[in-house]
Amino acid sequence: MSIMKLSKNFTNPLAANNPVIVQILGICSALAVTVKLEPAFVMGISVTFVCAFANLIMSLLRTGVPSRIRIIVQLVVIATLVIVVDQFLRAFMYDVSKQLSVYVGLIITNCIVMGRVEAFALGNKPWDAFVDGIANGFGYAFILVLVAFFRELFGSGTLFGFDVLACFGYVNNSLMLFPPMALIIVGVIIWVHRSINKDLQEK
Amino acid sequence: MLNLFINSVFIENMVFAYFFGMCSYIAVSKSVKTALGLGAAVTFVQVMTVPLNYLLNQYVLSPNALGEGVDLSFLSFILFIAVIAAFVQLVEMIVEKFSPSLYNQLGIFLPLIAVNCAIMGGSLFMQQMVGTEINSVGDSIVYGLGSGIGWWLAIVMMAAIREKIEYSHVPAALKGPGIAFIITGLMGIAFMIFSGIQL
Repeated sequence: MSIMKLSKNFTNPLAANNPVIVQILGICSALAVTVKLEPAFVMGISVTFVCAFANLIMSLLRTGVPSRIRIIVQLVVIATLVIVVDQFLRAFMYDVSKQLSVYVGLIITNCIVMGRVEAFALGNKPWDAFVDGIANGFGYAFILVLVAFFRELFGSGTLFGFDVLACFGYVNNSLMLFPPMALIIVGVIIWVHRSINKDLQEK
Repeated sequence: MLNLFINSVFIENMVFAYFFGMCSYIAVSKSVKTALGLGAAVTFVQVMTVPLNYLLNQYVLSPNALGEGVDLSFLSFILFIAVIAAFVQLVEMIVEKFSPSLYNQLGIFLPLIAVNCAIMGGSLFMQQMVGTEINSVGDSIVYGLGSGIGWWLAIVMMAAIREKIEYSHVPAALKGPGIAFIITGLMGIAFMIFSGIQL
């Protein structure tokens, strides 16, 4: 595979074919962990790790696994990677792990991971599949950080825990911290994205 | 128990409070009929898998359950998802054998359910609530039923609204998922009035 095609594969999931706002996958965790930037950032990295290595392992196994039992094999591989991530977070980042609570476990059922394994890893070479996993993980992390940026900035007046708006006399809008606002922010991001990329609009 | 039920249907609604099962919620909420079918299937699987995982958690996974000093709780993700996947497979096979007409109606939804986060999320929340709200198999059945019905309610309401919105002038870039997210957000704000209700 040439460098050109590799770089296209890498940049495509970041904007034009973003897994969250174009394919509408992996929404559950994308919304729940975005109250603050820090958990959103950690969640993005975790999903990127799981997605990349699940793609790599399934791509290596793709000729050996009969297609009838592939879903179970995928679930076992993904669940094992998620357990590694969960134990790592508990050991080294306990506070963030508490904030993420059950959403780390829900990476298993994150449709992005399953979707990329099904759609890409089973038909491509390990290195391409690995790059694809990282790119889709980054596409997911990008939206997470964007939503968390607005929610933390306007909800708590901080970014990564540092006061940003308080010195301007900003009164925190606590509605931003409630779950429904995450949905509305994602809706607005989709609106802006589709206004720019007109070919994605539904007739 | 009534408190747990009301709580899981309205106050801590799977969709509006925790965003569980959003992928199929957005994808399958285009007509009321299919939404009813998927909601029923999710509720059924939820009622069965939450108690199964409760028993697994109590007698195998929790600290000192298998023997003094044995703590297998780090295995809970892999065992929960295995129970869910196996159960969904089993239901699919049984329904196919004994009721082909029901299988044709539900068939396409059943494989989707194994990777629906509402199911896995229900089991993981149940594990966190053991010792506080959930203390018996009965409680876990009530929680499974309540959270399933909450999800069912949300997807059917959403499908009804989306059927109506077909006739409205939505900005071109907002059509489809964009407006669905904003409607869900507004419905979530409406559902916030239930918070704080105690029975």
